[in-house]
Amino acid sequence: MNARVLDRTLIYGIAVLLAVWVLIPFYIIAISAFTPQAKIFDYPKPLVPTTFSTETMQFFVDARGVIPSVLNSVLVAVFTIVFGLALGTPAGYALARFHFRGREAFQVIVLATKMFPIAILSIPLAVTFLQLGLYDNLVSVALTGGVFVAVSHELEEAAQTLGCSRWGAFLRVALPLALPGLAAAAIFTFVVSWNEVFAATILTLRTRTLPAQVLAGLGTSPLGFKFAGGLFMALPAVVFIFMIRRYLINLWGSR
Amino acid sequence: MRARAEHVLPFTLLLPSVAFLALLIVIPMFQALLLAFVAEKGGFTLEHFQQMFGDVNFGDAWRNTLLLLLLIVPLQLVLALAMALLVNSRFRGYGFFLYIYAIPLAISDLAAGILWLAVFTERGYLNSALQSAGVIQQPILFLSFENFPGILSAIVIAESWRATAIVLLILVAGLQLIPRDYFEAADLFGADRIRRTIHVVLPLLRPSLQSALIIRTIFAFQTFAVVFALAGRNMPVLAGEAYVWYAGNRNEHLAATYAVLLLGLTACVTVIYLRVLGLREAEVQR
Repeated sequence: MNARVLDRTLIYGIAVLLAVWVLIPFYIIAISAFTPQAKIFDYPKPLVPTTFSTETMQFFVDARGVIPSVLNSVLVAVFTIVFGLALGTPAGYALARFHFRGREAFQVIVLATKMFPIAILSIPLAVTFLQLGLYDNLVSVALTGGVFVAVSHELEEAAQTLGCSRWGAFLRVALPLALPGLAAAAIFTFVVSWNEVFAATILTLRTRTLPAQVLAGLGTSPLGFKFAGGLFMALPAVVFIFMIRRYLINLWGSR
Repeated sequence: MRARAEHVLPFTLLLPSVAFLALLIVIPMFQALLLAFVAEKGGFTLEHFQQMFGDVNFGDAWRNTLLLLLLIVPLQLVLALAMALLVNSRFRGYGFFLYIYAIPLAISDLAAGILWLAVFTERGYLNSALQSAGVIQQPILFLSFENFPGILSAIVIAESWRATAIVLLILVAGLQLIPRDYFEAADLFGADRIRRTIHVVLPLLRPSLQSALIIRTIFAFQTFAVVFALAGRNMPVLAGEAYVWYAGNRNEHLAATYAVLLLGLTACVTVIYLRVLGLREAEVQR
């Protein structure tokens, strides 16, 4: 075996090993969530399941508050996307098209907000919302989530494409070019919003989002409920990551 | 007239987002300070801080948060660096592997905790695998409150598994900025892969490593849902205490006091990192 083949084998070996490390929990949660209720406490469990049942998933979906919380999560995500695009697109356009005083300062501030522990601020924010009568309101959850994505890098790039043209050519040339970027930014926003745990739990009481619902029940709910909830939260996000895989480095890498 | 409009336009366009950021960051920050430092009857007080420091869980929460930070952040950096260097070698199919490694990006800390709960729970798949392989005779209680190293390792593994993806993308973005010529030049001088990595790649990757380090340290202070999913209340952490005081004990003053503490820690860490790492960078440039 020559050095080149050895090198290849080593690279692919490590790559596959790391991929297995990333994928194993997904496999485990999937087989756990599709284990029938009666077999959840079987021991030792086979690593290749012998029975398959949607009973546990059914139990989760039928549990009180789960379906409304899924709808709430989707609504919050949609609101967040609307806020993000409405606020971020003009800002991105300004950054791409104009060179003005304070441009760099603004970019630094935007970067700083991404590092800011905003989740922690949801506690005082909740008190403020309570005083304003906005507490337990999906819009207020979306507003908080919007802080994370108000001005994303991707929007800036999308707007750059917009900036290259006048309004006349805008619809036919620039918009189609910017659309994939805008769509990626929207999906990114969806993923961030769908995954928001701390703020969503703090800011909602009855109108819970899915993570808030699952978190609130952690101490009391049976294992099967948790497993099904875990799979339910993880799956859509995985699909969306696949959809925006070409934009991943721009969206997350450019901190 | 037109020139004047052009001059004002960018600021008009930025105004909504600036106002939005100000409202949602500045207001709660002041609110947090008010809640933490103002007594129920009005007037400045330190009683909330005294109550926080005197709380039974405070010492543990403080120790656990720091311990998790010290274990998770370096592990994430090393794992992500390995993945990033591997991907950057551009072997055939590297794009596919990058996508696989990036999947945990889409997972919340809560979901990550539950995924690993299925692995580590008493009758879970790790115990099942070990028992089937004949390594153990009866299940190990990884997540029992009596097994602190067990809980700690489970949380470290789950959180490293999840957030490595974020570090990975920051590093891959950084590696893409390094001109390919540098690698070729290193090859020309006969540097093998390991020496090339240490002497050429890592110094050039420094800014990305630095921002990944800052971001991950800041977010490590906020570790919360993954801990709750795996350990429940057996492992107090600072952000978790903030949540418990707010949602469980209905004491917004103490919850806000924890928030102020976390804000302060975040600010300190950022300043320290920028000082220590920033200064060294200036030395290198000189």
